[in-house]
Amino acid sequence: MVANFGYGALVITFLIAIYGVFAAVYGATKNKPAWVDSARLAMLLTFPLILLSALSLIYLLVNGHYEVEFVSSVTSSSMPLYLRVTALWGGQAGSLVFWALLMSAFATAVTLRKWDRDREFLPWVIVVSMITLGFFLVLIIFFENPFNRLWATSSGSVVQAMFQPAGSRLFNPGDGRGLNPLLRHPGMIIHPPMLYLGFVSFVIPFAFAIAALVTGRTDDRWIRLTRRWTLVAWLFLSLGLILGARWAYDVLGWGGYWGWDPVEIAAFMPWLTGTAFLHSVMIQEKRGMLKHWNMVLIILTYALVIFGTFLTRSGVLSSVHAFAQSAIGPLFFGFIGITFVTSLSLLLWRWDSLKSETQMTSLLSREALFLLNNLLFMGILIVCFWGVIFPLISELVTGQKVTVGPPFYERATGPLFAGLLLLMGVAPLAAWRHSTAKTLGRAMWKPFIVSLLVPAVALVLGVRSWAALLGFWLAAFVVAVTLYEFWRGAMARHRKSGENFFTALFNLVGRNRRRYGGYVIHLGVVLMSLGIIGIELFQTQTQGTIQKGQSLTLDGYTMTFKDLAEFNTNDGRLVTRAVVDVSKNGKFLAELHPRRDYYIESQQPMTIPGLRSTMEDDFYVILVDWQPISTVGATFKIYHNPLVNWLWLGGFVFIFGTLIAAWPDKDPEESRQRVSRRGYAGATGD
Amino acid sequence: MKKLALLVAFLGLSILATVTVQAQDSTPRPVTDDEVNAVARQLYCPVCENIPLDVCPTQACSEWRDLIRLKLSQGWNADQIKIYFAQQYGDRVLAEPPARGLNWLVYVLPPIAILAGAYILFRAFKAWQQPVTQTTTPSSPEVPDSSPEQDPYVTRLEEELKKR
Repeated sequence: MVANFGYGALVITFLIAIYGVFAAVYGATKNKPAWVDSARLAMLLTFPLILLSALSLIYLLVNGHYEVEFVSSVTSSSMPLYLRVTALWGGQAGSLVFWALLMSAFATAVTLRKWDRDREFLPWVIVVSMITLGFFLVLIIFFENPFNRLWATSSGSVVQAMFQPAGSRLFNPGDGRGLNPLLRHPGMIIHPPMLYLGFVSFVIPFAFAIAALVTGRTDDRWIRLTRRWTLVAWLFLSLGLILGARWAYDVLGWGGYWGWDPVEIAAFMPWLTGTAFLHSVMIQEKRGMLKHWNMVLIILTYALVIFGTFLTRSGVLSSVHAFAQSAIGPLFFGFIGITFVTSLSLLLWRWDSLKSETQMTSLLSREALFLLNNLLFMGILIVCFWGVIFPLISELVTGQKVTVGPPFYERATGPLFAGLLLLMGVAPLAAWRHSTAKTLGRAMWKPFIVSLLVPAVALVLGVRSWAALLGFWLAAFVVAVTLYEFWRGAMARHRKSGENFFTALFNLVGRNRRRYGGYVIHLGVVLMSLGIIGIELFQTQTQGTIQKGQSLTLDGYTMTFKDLAEFNTNDGRLVTRAVVDVSKNGKFLAELHPRRDYYIESQQPMTIPGLRSTMEDDFYVILVDWQPISTVGATFKIYHNPLVNWLWLGGFVFIFGTLIAAWPDKDPEESRQRVSRRGYAGATGD
Repeated sequence: MKKLALLVAFLGLSILATVTVQAQDSTPRPVTDDEVNAVARQLYCPVCENIPLDVCPTQACSEWRDLIRLKLSQGWNADQIKIYFAQQYGDRVLAEPPARGLNWLVYVLPPIAILAGAYILFRAFKAWQQPVTQTTTPSSPEVPDSSPEQDPYVTRLEEELKKR
């Protein structure tokens, strides 16, 4: 009954989405506002309907309706309530429902805004949003239905179907197989929703871009309207990536946070184009340039959002043949192709009206440096995209599977990331339009001199890696430039208005949140880069098998094996937990408990490291193997990860900066009028 | 005759020495976990997706690590072991595709694409720097020129503060 209800709600939503598309197109082309309003109401209906469907599925998950195949595959009676709820996105079919729910929420939110000044955009925003939503509903209703039930046929076999096959009866297996242990970590509970939010919210700026192309209103209005949408999308995507990194660090048991896995890269690629877009739109706002390029970037971002979902949902990563056999793989492929070609065709159609209004006057101007920044982001994107799809091409052409792993990505993207850091230091000091080597040099020399102190100190302390010294210098340079910018701005304000320094600083940031929020984001990136330099260049590890009372040493740390115990838990785990002491230079630091959880029902092990964290380093212990009865003892793997916690701290600063940049004005309309009264207002912004 | 006896003795000793050295070589030497992991880190699990061999928790991978230990104890080096694994399980066990045939594309295409992008950007800069035609009138929210003689930052900021 509940399954039928949930499925029915999805079918009705799909029909409404189809109606919405036709009503919006008809209303826009025939100039009939009533039809557009009707389409708008249709779009408003999608969220409550999909919410009903999602709630139905959650009801089935929470109450253990194991006759529903999806419920049976991702929950079990031993799972706690919160995991039964979050199991909604723990499997393919449920995660597609969740995707559609978030998409409809964003579509509804955008529908509820005031459309008075931008009425002509509305129908086309509805069309793009509803087509995207409709596509996911097709996948759910026809191919990945989470409400499919299990039926025992007269021949004794169990089949899954939405409706009762003739001669069969409902089959309830009694208990489910449970959620994949890897997905039971708090990070994995929050990580997918954040990524999905980032993915779906990028659909909104894309919808406005298409609306601008269709209507021919190709000034920067669509960019101004979607500025915060883009920042919010970027915020969620960034959060998703950071949480995913932390999850990998805590759960995957390999002492790292990023493995250049295709699934990680699938989420990283739209982030790259989204970041390039966030920088590039400023050039259009300030100088009326790069209109074509901004369109290309948002089209690419949308395509990569769908491509990322395709990569993770179609099975193509395990094998191109799995993709060909799966029902949704070719559908995704077709959808990406059609939307990409249609978008580019619209762009070509409007090409002439998107010509730049001004010209690039200096190779050292801020807009020129932003363009260089875009080139580097695109370079990283090319490396990532090619690295992900090459194994598929190889398998298709030669039949031979190959792996494109971290050494390829690190070698290819390392210099590009270094270039981005350098630009992060130089670009804030460059002026729009006119900037010469002389003016830039005059602005740069003080932070440059200060920044040299950091690699000098590192050299004195014994750092001999040229890559680390370069990385430390770049980080120091960006910090010096950014703090110098804050200081100069606050001091100038202090001199003019007489405010004390901190009030001046607070007001400065408050009056140009995007610019100074952006600087805080830069500081976050620098802190993250310190963590990355630490773990990539200075990580050490050792592994050994020791008896109780024996020790392993690494980088001055001593780890002593104290005890080992095995026990069962109420939630179906067989836990093997070691007790180890960590000391340094004879001083006791901590007792750690690395363990291995074996999930009995799913027969999957999960490695939970023992971790001692400081801002200086992490001491990370993994229980690799053990023989509790014999005298051999246990095998431990130890990682020493210098500076890694700067990565997480940087993540917080990064998110804080994004919140500052995206924080809404009290009254957007009034603020816009104020900005237009200022006339040149944008000049000092960004 | 004496020379022949010396030659035979020399050959006999040489053969004995060779056999002794070979016997010593074939004696397995103890191999640490760190040595095994150093090689395993450069290989990928032949059956799992994108998991390096040194961290893969499956039983199969544990056995493959034992195989690496055996090979190292027999005097094989990391490159020989990697070649052996690639011959046994295919190129997918290597962290990067070997640079041959179609695989060259993976290394060549990204730098070519990035260089092409840089060239296009350079040409675009040059084109943009051509004199502005009279018909082009900037209509976008234009920024004031920053005089190259002054600190553009202070000029801009002070202008902002005046307006506030």
